[in-house]
Amino acid sequence: MVYKINYFNFETNLEIMPRLALIITLLLTFLLSSAQTVITGMVTDNKKQPVPGASLTIKDTYDGATADSSGKFRFKTTEKGAHILIISSVGFKKIELPITIEGAFMEVPVQLKQEVNELSAVVITAGAFEASDRKRAAAVLTSLDIVTTASANADVTGALKTLPGAQQVGESEGLFVRGGTAAETKTFIDGTLVNNFFFTGAPNIAARGRFSPFIFKGTVFSTGGYSALYGQALSSALILESIDLPDQSSASLNISVLSIGSGFQKLNKKKTASWGFNYGYTNLDLAFAVIKQQQDYSKSPGGHNIDANFRIKTSKNGMLKYYGYYNSNSLAFTVPSLDSLGYRDRFSLKNANIYQNLSWKEQFKKKWRLNAGISYSNNRDDLKFGMTDANKIDVTLGNLAFAKNFDIENRGNYFNAKLVLEKRFKGLNALRFGSEYNHSNDKVNFILFSGQKFPSTIKENIYALFAEQDVYITNNLAGKFGVRAEHSEYFNKSNIAPRISLAYKVGKNAQASLAYGQFFQNPENRNLPALNPLNFQKATHYIAQYQKTTSLTTFRAEAFYKKYDDLVKTGLVNNQQRAVSNAGFGDAKGFELFWRDKKNIKNLDYWISYSFLDTKRDFANFPFAITPNFAAKHTASFVAKKFVSKWKTNVNFSYNFASSRPYYNIQPDANNAGKFVFADRGKIDPYHNVSFALNYLPKIGKKNAKSFVVYVLSISNVFNFKQQFGYNYSFNGQRRQEIVPPSRQFIFIGAFFSFGVDRSEDAINNNL
Amino acid sequence: MKSITVSFLFLAVSITASAQSEKFTAAMQSKLEGYKTAQTPQDFLDMSNAFERMAEAEKAQWLAYYYAAHAQVIYGFMQKDMSGADAIADKAEQLINKADALEKNNSEISCIKSMIATLRMNVNPMQRWQQYGPASAEAIANAKQQDPSNPRSYALEAQNLFYTPAQFGGGCATAKPVAEQGMKLLETFKPKSPLHPAWGKMQFDMVMGGCNK
Repeated sequence: MVYKINYFNFETNLEIMPRLALIITLLLTFLLSSAQTVITGMVTDNKKQPVPGASLTIKDTYDGATADSSGKFRFKTTEKGAHILIISSVGFKKIELPITIEGAFMEVPVQLKQEVNELSAVVITAGAFEASDRKRAAAVLTSLDIVTTASANADVTGALKTLPGAQQVGESEGLFVRGGTAAETKTFIDGTLVNNFFFTGAPNIAARGRFSPFIFKGTVFSTGGYSALYGQALSSALILESIDLPDQSSASLNISVLSIGSGFQKLNKKKTASWGFNYGYTNLDLAFAVIKQQQDYSKSPGGHNIDANFRIKTSKNGMLKYYGYYNSNSLAFTVPSLDSLGYRDRFSLKNANIYQNLSWKEQFKKKWRLNAGISYSNNRDDLKFGMTDANKIDVTLGNLAFAKNFDIENRGNYFNAKLVLEKRFKGLNALRFGSEYNHSNDKVNFILFSGQKFPSTIKENIYALFAEQDVYITNNLAGKFGVRAEHSEYFNKSNIAPRISLAYKVGKNAQASLAYGQFFQNPENRNLPALNPLNFQKATHYIAQYQKTTSLTTFRAEAFYKKYDDLVKTGLVNNQQRAVSNAGFGDAKGFELFWRDKKNIKNLDYWISYSFLDTKRDFANFPFAITPNFAAKHTASFVAKKFVSKWKTNVNFSYNFASSRPYYNIQPDANNAGKFVFADRGKIDPYHNVSFALNYLPKIGKKNAKSFVVYVLSISNVFNFKQQFGYNYSFNGQRRQEIVPPSRQFIFIGAFFSFGVDRSEDAINNNL
Repeated sequence: MKSITVSFLFLAVSITASAQSEKFTAAMQSKLEGYKTAQTPQDFLDMSNAFERMAEAEKAQWLAYYYAAHAQVIYGFMQKDMSGADAIADKAEQLINKADALEKNNSEISCIKSMIATLRMNVNPMQRWQQYGPASAEAIANAKQQDPSNPRSYALEAQNLFYTPAQFGGGCATAKPVAEQGMKLLETFKPKSPLHPAWGKMQFDMVMGGCNK
């Protein structure tokens, strides 16, 4: 939309002044002019730079002036004796200067101090990308960008993969950040940890995030150096903030080729509380009938989704929020077996997940704030692996039975509680401290075809204490000093992790930031129980950043070095990778560029990101330090958005690129027990993906519209590029097959309706 | 004796008060004369500061705060780099809130609030129209309700509609009838005093001129 600058002017109907008043005024002016004092001077800041536009006033009089573009001022006054000169300017602390007015001419030098405030102060941005509607330097995306990025397919993490630092990994879910695994990124909603943020994935298929992007109003994606308030993530923290009260009551309905759903949000009359409920049913039968999949589905993915929420305003700045979610889904497919030609590998999955989050934020007297939250989740996975013959009848082949026919039952219970207290001091200085408790209970039952069971339970309690101090020395220099201490009950180990970030303003819209931090994370549960006592894995981040922002453009360059210590090495026990030691290590270094521009090309909003990554690590079953298969050296994205108001259509385009990633087939060394060797290695093709999406909003801007509707058409991989993610190997390593996406192209068509509640009732009544 | 002193005191106070009010009126009138010729951003900032000085010295004159806010918000609209406009909008809001505290439910004050919302929207229209567009419209609706005969609420509404693309329910088709309605009001509008706001003609001329091309 184009809004020209409005230029207001005005006129007054001044009547002719009463003559008497005029004469008196003139007379007085004349009489007093002999006693006038001219006051001049210059207003500067503490660096002796002029402050243009500063306002000067002799207290309780009309006399004063505005400093000109060079900070100079000059005015006349008839006042005499002791007075107070008030000097103020936007962005500076107001000062009151006692002066004694005497003589015909006097010079008053004025020096102002910058006021530290959120609008002008430097923002600590090293490592963090923020998507929110707040006016901050860290906010490079808006919450709307998350849902309108073409390649994102309305998945929260999809849009983040177009930012520097994240890899384009297509064969498994999660955010792979700066040479880290997906497990090194943790997700937090309203402060508390989310387990199973993604749907349970099938082999070689990336699963989507569970939660609708529409329930979040703010996203902070930290690619390193994140705050001491968060922990247990070696690489990255994804911090999501849920929406507050809606503007009005509404009902919604959505229909797409994948799912149908409906829901409503009710806001009370006083606008102090709301509650809502949504139900969705997903069934990919139709989509998979049209778009051919690599896998042959006997049960295409589908299930039920229910969520409910309430939000209550507890005070002017206080809010209590609840979000509860239940999802069940299942799928089953077969693929041609690499091990026995003519046979097929069978996989089926049933998942049920409950997630509940209750959070409370409140502001108390004397600048104290509280952020508290608890979350509970329960996850059940039933995975079945097997073989069938060509007619899809289950078979068990003797020599492969052990490797190919088994069930896995996962039962996870998770509880997370967090309390953060904040005390604000003068300016933006603030101290935050608090504690976190993390409980997890993971029961895994590994059931062989023979019925033999290998149950294991990992119960873990992690306790954490943290403190963080924001220090604003001036508007131009700020620091964040934090420390986090954690204790793991399961491993019986503790750690202390210091974190430091600094930001310095180097120009009007430019700033430089530095960050350093230590990060600890538990060994992954899937490799437990370990054969030997283990310790935390550790990463140390060093980040330097330069950023230049105007209201319509953002440029950012960041360089980083990340050192990994005590990574977990694994060995093979019963055909499963089990943790052996903390002897692993690695590092990652690189630089990243980001440019977003809403200004220079008319009506076009676009961003470009580029990442260079050089990483090697020796962990898990790697024979020695190598570039891991999830790390591409060069990654780039181009995202463009254009709203064509004539068509009322939002056109979104994105191109994602990643250079060749390595692939490995790592097998036990037959000659050297406990060691691993490469049975095969190489590099996959570079990755290209062009996505395109149209959002048609026929009712936008219509006054008194009874409903609002968005039609969506999105196509991924428009040019049908071949995409390759690696190789699958037969058990003996002699045959291999490319891992490719389930379908080369995907087309999504959907319609989303929303109704104001009062009107939707009308709409329903009219249709009955 | 006592009562004489008291009445004398009363007399003195009332003389001072009326003298002060005469001083205020004279100063305001001369500033408003000057305000007509303001052109550059520096002129408007200068005017805003001058009105604020008077407002702060008098403390009870809402019109001084009103003009200080008005000049401040126009200074905001004239910024070349809108990244600083939020701070200017904050300042304008402070000033108009002081006017609001002195003169409750005033239609003219609601008009300034609408202008401040529009200014905030202009900082980043694509991102902010959903928040500040309705805020600006709501302030205009308040202004109309508080005084249906105030032509300035129509001037602002017509101008907002004029700058909104036709596809979003704006453009000449909707802006022109509003401007015509407002112009009729302006013809019969009489400000309460020479110090009260009476602007609007320029906005109507702009809309009508733009739509009659």
